Amino acid sequence: MKILVPVKRVIDYNVKPRIKGDQTGVDLSNVKMSMNPFDEIAVEEAARLKEAGKADEVVVVSIGEQKAQETLRTGLAMGADRGILIVTEQMPEPLAVAKILAKVTEEESPDLVILGKQAIDDDSNQTGQMLAALLGWSQGTFASKVEPGEEGVNVTREIDGGLETLKLTTPAIITTDLRLNEPRYASLPNIMKAKKKPIDEKTAADLGVDVAPRLETLKVTEPPKREAGEMVPDVDTLVAKLKEMGVAA
Amino acid sequence: MTTLVLADHDNKELGSATLSAITAAKKLGGDVHVLVAGEGSQAVADAAAKVDGVAKVLHADDAAYGHALAENVAPLIEGLMDGYDALVAPATTTGKNILPRVAAKMDIQQISEIIAVNDDGSFDRPTYAGNAIATVKTSDAKKVITVRATGFDKAATEGGSASVEAVSGPGDSGKSSFVSAQVAESERPELTSASVIVSGGRALQSGENFEKYIEPLADKLGAAIGASRAAVDAGYVPNDYQVGQTGKIVAPEVYIAIGISGAIQHLAGMKDSKTIIAINKDEDAPIFQVADYGLVADLYEAVPELTSKL
Ligand SMILES: Cc1cc2nc3c(=O)[nH]c(=O)nc-3n(C[C@H](O)[C@H](O)[C@H](O)COP(=O)(O)OP(=O)(O)OC[C@H]3O[C@@H](n4cnc5c(N)ncnc54)[C@H](O)[C@@H]3O)c2cc1C
Repeated sequence: MKILVPVKRVIDYNVKPRIKGDQTGVDLSNVKMSMNPFDEIAVEEAARLKEAGKADEVVVVSIGEQKAQETLRTGLAMGADRGILIVTEQMPEPLAVAKILAKVTEEESPDLVILGKQAIDDDSNQTGQMLAALLGWSQGTFASKVEPGEEGVNVTREIDGGLETLKLTTPAIITTDLRLNEPRYASLPNIMKAKKKPIDEKTAADLGVDVAPRLETLKVTEPPKREAGEMVPDVDTLVAKLKEMGVAA
Repeated sequence: MTTLVLADHDNKELGSATLSAITAAKKLGGDVHVLVAGEGSQAVADAAAKVDGVAKVLHADDAAYGHALAENVAPLIEGLMDGYDALVAPATTTGKNILPRVAAKMDIQQISEIIAVNDDGSFDRPTYAGNAIATVKTSDAKKVITVRATGFDKAATEGGSASVEAVSGPGDSGKSSFVSAQVAESERPELTSASVIVSGGRALQSGENFEKYIEPLADKLGAAIGASRAAVDAGYVPNDYQVGQTGKIVAPEVYIAIGISGAIQHLAGMKDSKTIIAINKDEDAPIFQVADYGLVADLYEAVPELTSKL
């Protein structure tokens, strides 16, 4: 089995985003960037399937600026075998990303594509589902358990009411949720080894994908600030407040 | 202009997030139709027909739609979209699962989790864990939109008298099938529609402590129970309790955060609550920066005292 794992370079989850003064977006200059946490979970799952002998090759692919190389290297250090970088000037929207990934998928013919359920910058939660649509594949989104079997793959999903298990025909698209696994930290020897693993580079134009945006961002603003309130000295005062608000009798 | 709203439901009841999606759909202008795709879901179609502002209900009742499998429901919607200018769904796990599949097939860039429809035809949507609100306009001829329920009032469940029309689609794609579900039945209010929420964090240390400290307080207040990611990851409570950027987005009248530090990912899910109360033993915990009332205390003393005095 071959697994393709798309990975996105995003603002590190520990950094509080700052809006640019001209309201055109979030200031990413001199900000720590990392692999999208959900994509780390995706790489980890693929690496574990390989270690368990269920997969024989794991390919990571990233779309974006040249620096996304670093993100691919992280994936390679975590256990992926090789990388593909699709260079674009701007970060394409989810639909264009899905179109690029559909082309890569056609070239690579993986049995599974495992993606993060959302990127923590754009918070769109679309790419995996869109890729499944374009390929006509089954989809197991928000996965907390992935069990490849003789035919197909069983995926347990985190849904609003709890958990649900689906059986998918393969090839299939899977998107990861937080409980699927706990991603490893790459060890130093593996980071060194990753430097020697191959990364193939292409552009969106090479793949014949139109990445022109459909959405125009008119502005990006800060949400209304919440004022810090008052500290109450004791439980009795809190009880009085709850009574005032009418939530306690 | 006619908008189709995909109803969220469990084949028995219309999910309340659908009512917020209907309000958002009305703001697009024009007629609002609702699609109920399910199995044995007549009661849902009837409920949708009574919602204020709904002109028509399309009802697709088929075993293939009983578990809302995206592979089956998406082609059904695509087949109906000729007559519509926009497709809207609440940003529930079902809406999030299905809508992008429809959008991609129709070559439309979806707009996720809108919180406002502006007069100039643009939409506001939170990005970066709610730290950056993007105002976006689309050049696509048709729109596909998911709606964050906390951004819109719920449409009234009475007042409408829409017709219910049976529709059908291609049925079972054969690509996926339902195996099992673990859905807890609870007497408590549902997290995303509760007016009071008591949430616990890593500080609770165990599922037993959730039962011992959080539940009695929630019982006293008739509250739903929520949790931080740390509490869910540690297995103290099930995944559907998680509040935050990547869990549930809530905006109750009162949100009580107990032993939760207030990471940006958690704040993303609850900072639109009307009143926030925080109990934390660390006076520098970031949760206090958004709390209306903060109590610096050990939860193991303060919470039982609070519960007993209510
Ligand atoms: C991709 C990604 C997505 C995420 N999504 C979410 C999400 O949706 N929701 C979410 O919540 N988190 C999310 N997180 C995790 C988030 O970053 C934090 O790690 C998490 O919210 C911390 O949970 P906590 O506040 O319970 O734990 P901690 O940060 O460990 O805080 C525990 C708090 O309890 C207090 N405390 C300890 N003992 C006591 C006591 N006896 N009495 C009173 N107070 C006490 C401490 O002072 C501390 O403030 C996400 C992270 C990532 C990377």
